[in-house]
Amino acid sequence: MPYLELQGLERDFGTVKALDGIDISLGEGEFLSLLGPSGCGKTTALRLVAGFDRPDAGTIVVDGKDVTRVAPNKRDMGMVFQAYSLFPNMTARQNVEFGLRVRGQDKPDRRKRVDDLLELVGLAHAGDRYPHQLSGGMQQRVALARALAIEPRVLLLDEPLSALDAKVRVQLREEIRRIQLELGITTLYVTHDQEEALSVSDHVAVMYRGRIEQMGAPAEMYSAPATPFVAEFIGTMNRLEGTVVDPGAGTVDTGGRTITVEAARGKPRGARVLVLVRPETVQVAAANGAGGNTLTGEVLTHTFLGPVTRLRILSGEASLIADMPTARAAALPPGSKVDASLPSDEARLLDLTEEALPEIGEEPGPADR
Amino acid sequence: MLIGAFKGANGGWTTSNVSQLVHQPYIQAYRESIEISGVTALLGGAIGLALAYAAIRDGTPRWIRSLLTTFSGVAANFGGIPLAFAFIATIGTIGIATQFMHNQLHLNVWQGADLFTKTGVEIVYLYFQIPLMVLVIAPAIDGLRREWREAASNLGANAWQFWRHIGLPVLMPSVLGALILLFGNAFAAYATAYSLTNGNVYIVPVVIGAYYTGNVFNNPHLGQALALGMFVVLVAMMLLYIPLQRRAARWAK
Amino acid sequence: MRTRRRIAPSAAVWLLLGAAYFLLPLLATFLFSLRQLQTGHCCTVASYTWVIHNSEFWQTLKLSVELALETIAVSLVIFVPTVYWVHLKVPKLRAVLAFMALIPFVVPPIVLVVGLLNFYKGSPTWFYGQPWGFLVAAYVILAFPYMFFSLDSGFRAIDVHTLTEASQSLGASWPRTLLTVILPNIRAAALAGSFLTLAIVLGEFTIANLSLFHTFPIYLQYVNETQAYAAGATTLVSFGITWAAMLSLLFIGRKRGQRAAFIGGAR
Repeated sequence: MPYLELQGLERDFGTVKALDGIDISLGEGEFLSLLGPSGCGKTTALRLVAGFDRPDAGTIVVDGKDVTRVAPNKRDMGMVFQAYSLFPNMTARQNVEFGLRVRGQDKPDRRKRVDDLLELVGLAHAGDRYPHQLSGGMQQRVALARALAIEPRVLLLDEPLSALDAKVRVQLREEIRRIQLELGITTLYVTHDQEEALSVSDHVAVMYRGRIEQMGAPAEMYSAPATPFVAEFIGTMNRLEGTVVDPGAGTVDTGGRTITVEAARGKPRGARVLVLVRPETVQVAAANGAGGNTLTGEVLTHTFLGPVTRLRILSGEASLIADMPTARAAALPPGSKVDASLPSDEARLLDLTEEALPEIGEEPGPADR
Repeated sequence: MLIGAFKGANGGWTTSNVSQLVHQPYIQAYRESIEISGVTALLGGAIGLALAYAAIRDGTPRWIRSLLTTFSGVAANFGGIPLAFAFIATIGTIGIATQFMHNQLHLNVWQGADLFTKTGVEIVYLYFQIPLMVLVIAPAIDGLRREWREAASNLGANAWQFWRHIGLPVLMPSVLGALILLFGNAFAAYATAYSLTNGNVYIVPVVIGAYYTGNVFNNPHLGQALALGMFVVLVAMMLLYIPLQRRAARWAK
Repeated sequence: MRTRRRIAPSAAVWLLLGAAYFLLPLLATFLFSLRQLQTGHCCTVASYTWVIHNSEFWQTLKLSVELALETIAVSLVIFVPTVYWVHLKVPKLRAVLAFMALIPFVVPPIVLVVGLLNFYKGSPTWFYGQPWGFLVAAYVILAFPYMFFSLDSGFRAIDVHTLTEASQSLGASWPRTLLTVILPNIRAAALAGSFLTLAIVLGEFTIANLSLFHTFPIYLQYVNETQAYAAGATTLVSFGITWAAMLSLLFIGRKRGQRAAFIGGAR
């Protein structure tokens, strides 16, 4: 029995369709991330669940009850905003206490609960500070404690880490997950950062243009993207356009070179396909003309990423990215002629439809806020 | 001026001008002045705040806000003689609205004569006090973040609880500053009251004016003492304002 | 993206009440001005004809406009070089000037005029007894805050240092730099200050009344007392002048993308 259900949610902003039919169902205590570029509708979806906005169609059900038309202050949802949401005229403690205060809870109970929560988020010492005396990370901890104080039925987080430093971001996201597991609270998390989404969630839903492209476990999203968009958005992916040559042998022609892809077996001959290869599965060696399933090319650049080094390789028209251990990459400096061999069994294949492939970037979308 | 306040009619030094201030009828003039300024500052402040919020809040079209700010810019500068007359023509004894109520609606709640009393002066002052409040407080209302409202509502607070615990406390430092400005604005006003009541409302600037233009009695030194007194009242207001402001803004940077 | 919500009912009520309160007196004044001079019946433009043919109306208006122009000229000559110099050489003095500019706000005009009358009492009659002497001196003080804050924001918006250095490195003298380089760049700010000054001087009653000069507002008051229906017409004319000054201000501000709204004037 799902705990939180969104059914056929739609929302129009004038000419823009911010949400074009969203269906989600989430079990109690589960953590779902809504992931997508700006303007994909993820924040709109969250605001509908919180009740700050009403859907044009569809329903929102929590614990078997339809809350679509319930006012936000009657929904019992705890929300953590992007930033600056703490009441500036109240101390950290008063902020956390606020929800309990408007619920008319007794003072001693309140005090106890606030102490526990500040303890939980590691701010027992900073309770009497005003928001402007707290760092960005501390502010978001207080905001989390404030949202949890009312024992919400669902915890909503709207890009809570996007205004923080990289280091604090990683630390805090782990802490959010720890607390979420500890309290077993059903959580909806909005982010545009795929690493963030993959690292903390039970489920990830990738959204694009107001629709859910794919929903599944993080590992599944990474290893088995269902659409070209997901493939591009999650992790780094080499995309090679091609045509199926021999369905029996599983060979695909990509710009004059023929490679073998297991997944191409059984596809109609002449079908347009997209071959997807993760950079870490590409094996690179100095060119010797030997070995099957290879593309020959020249190393253009090295990008040092710590344990691995990313090589950009130009092979004919196609540009290829390959990750290899840093220690071995030194032997193949830019300008080297190399063979890049593609794993025939790990490469994935998507049908290339007429629809143009989406460009992904930080284009500011109208419906995202 | 300071020197003049302590000089007698014959040029010698005296404290009699200043000491007269605390006696009738001058103490009454100060009382009236302070009351009119206080009432119009508080009323104008409250109404101006509500108007500015109504124009700025989510859901109100942008053009209404531009219109209100532009109009406030004009109305806040529209004082003195023309303003007084506009009200005489509207709710004076032979004013359009007064006659309309009387002849068409047969209502006799407002005869028009009250316009020339303290109440009338207060009604007319509001005409520039409210727009002044709108102009001064609008930037502060812009500073109220949408997140605060949403977070409050998310935590279970209704609109009243939001204003009681967050909206008003956050605006309070700006509101206090604006109220001081409104008070000083009304306290200094002379032309409007003079023109409206022909000098019959007994407020300090009108009394000073009478001593200077001297139709009945001419006593510049008493006038100077009265002006000094006004200055003292304003300084006292500032001294009252500073600790209040500090208290209201203790959470701010 | 904002949720496209409709205007809140309470907001609509407030705005409608506000509009009624502010527009009613103007409408009433207009209807009033259309009444016949003798009988008080509707509708005639007699009041306006009377005003147009009234020589005192034109004389006092001319005097007030002249005073305003003189005040503007004197203020600009004094304050433009001062503010320029402060921004360029002694930015620390800016705070001092800003504080001084607040004084005419805090001190009621009636107190100001009392002090000034006293201060200038011994000065020669050509100054003390003439509107373009004493009155303009007082109005320059009244206009100081408006001029200062307008000019200050104007100078803040441009890079005074770079402009000055560029001009001088090309061989321009100080006066030439000020006139041909700086002035065109702060024109909007100077205009804004000038329109505010115009509105203030055209409406100023307190000082003129106490120092016994016969300016336009004094004339308005005289008409109010003696010619009820004609006063409707003069009131609207005066209101029109304030509108024109404020709208010009807004227009400059919009074109320049900077806010020049300021408040004050004749109470």
